[in-house]
Amino acid sequence: MHNENQFQATDSPAELAPAEATAAKSLSEEAAASRRDPALAAVNISKSIGSRLILDNVSVSLARGELKVVIGPSGAGKSTFLQCINGLIPPDTGQVFLEGQSLNMRNKHELRLFRQQVGMIFQDFNLFDHLTALDNVAIALRKVRGMSRQDSEARAMSELERVGLANRARLYPAELSGGQTQRVAFARALAMDPKVLLLDEPTSALDPELVGEVLEVIRYLAKGGMTMLMATHQMDFARALAHEILFMEHGRVIESGSPAELLAAGSGTRTLDFCSRLDLEL
Amino acid sequence: MQEVIFTIYESLPYILGGCLVTLACVSVALLIGLTLGVPLAVGQVYGAAPLRFFISTYVWFFRGCPLLVQLYIFFYGIFWPLFELSALASSCIVLGLTSAAYQSQIFRGAIEAIPQGQLKAARALGLRDSNGIGFIVLPQAMRLAIPGWSNEFSILLKDSALIYLLGASDTMARIHQMATTTNMHFAFSLLAGVIYFVITLVGLKLLRGLEQKIHIPGYQKA
Ligand SMILES: Nc1ncnc2c1ncn2[C@@H]1O[C@H](COP(=O)(O)OP(=O)(O)OP(=O)(O)O)[C@@H](O)[C@H]1O
Ligand SMILES: [Mg+2]
Repeated sequence: MHNENQFQATDSPAELAPAEATAAKSLSEEAAASRRDPALAAVNISKSIGSRLILDNVSVSLARGELKVVIGPSGAGKSTFLQCINGLIPPDTGQVFLEGQSLNMRNKHELRLFRQQVGMIFQDFNLFDHLTALDNVAIALRKVRGMSRQDSEARAMSELERVGLANRARLYPAELSGGQTQRVAFARALAMDPKVLLLDEPTSALDPELVGEVLEVIRYLAKGGMTMLMATHQMDFARALAHEILFMEHGRVIESGSPAELLAAGSGTRTLDFCSRLDLEL
Repeated sequence: MQEVIFTIYESLPYILGGCLVTLACVSVALLIGLTLGVPLAVGQVYGAAPLRFFISTYVWFFRGCPLLVQLYIFFYGIFWPLFELSALASSCIVLGLTSAAYQSQIFRGAIEAIPQGQLKAARALGLRDSNGIGFIVLPQAMRLAIPGWSNEFSILLKDSALIYLLGASDTMARIHQMATTTNMHFAFSLLAGVIYFVITLVGLKLLRGLEQKIHIPGYQKA
């Protein structure tokens, strides 16, 4: 969006000198390409642990603003897949692209830059236990962005406000409810201005009555156009908001499609079968 | 009886001077052990295989060899002939190196007790591993390590009673000297026991206080 506005503000290419015109053209091509390129793509990710194949050529591609949901039985490889994307678990083979740029995970600097732009939300929150909610959000701003204490705290405070926890800023994780803890984790990830969020069952560790407040945050982000890849068992939520559902089993994506396709009554998909069994359990 | 009490009273300044030597030696040794023990532990948990091998060899050497033997080897083999270091200085270093081995294992256990998700979350934000370990893992691990570290303090304090065998003028050396010259072995042994007990008690109380002071609010009581 930014680029387009800038272009309209400048003279039209025809009126520019030839060299400038080509520069402008390649810039606008770049802008067009970045609109065409998926925000995030993971291609043919495979991972073995010991002699067991945990991920077998798993791929996903997220256009800007898309929310895709990964579902599947326990042990399917959902967490492993998400963590292979940002290199928390190094994949054996496969490639990851952020806005068309290939990521070389062996390059630590490049990997850190990638992680700053791709936030992650964990099933068991992983807030830093020894830091207040405020410092949990602020610490990466200081250590990664090099912000001052004052600036980082101001930014952290506004992120906590966004998730409705400004009045909990001075509390420690052990003093927060599960739902509040996960919302602080969202504030922590969002403070880095991520282009994409990876969410690993963000509500699975929560008591049922606390699930809603966290889903509310995700819904708000989806409306705001955040690109997200989320593992979840929240099928109603997926049905309502996901652009695509990937069904994983034994380390493979065995079905994918829109919620309407996969979850239509009588469609006979594995996804539908899995979900009806989920509903029975609940 | 009165004579014994009077003799002990007379010798107190001399013996308490030895306590200062003991305290200085133990403090320096604990400090050496801390500054070496933390990096050793970090290396052992996060380091590459050759580094881990080197560290566990170090640990095994100091854990597998009696302290007195180490004191003799380092003092007579290295510190005195090569550097003319005093018995006290040599003792501080040897106790420090030994303590580093033990402390590294205390810290290693504490680091391993911190859930892996903590470092993962730090990495996921784009922090360097050095920052993730330094600002996320270690502050939590060090808190967990205080009880084990207190134990190490009390053991090291009592181990330090061996350094008089190199000729350091610590508590034990002066107790021994007074006991032989006055022939009041029992009384002075008792005095030594009381002194070590009191230092241990005070030290442990201070560490317990520290533990409570830096306790994380809401966190499960240690
Ligand atoms: N460190 C590991 N060592 C060995 N096997 C592992 C390891 N981590 C994961 N696995 C195995 O990999 C498979 C996929 O695990 P993963 O956690 O990705 O599944 P999941 O789909 O996220 O399951 P859940 O719904 O329970 O979170 C499982 O069979 C698991 O046992
Ligand atoms: Mg999982």
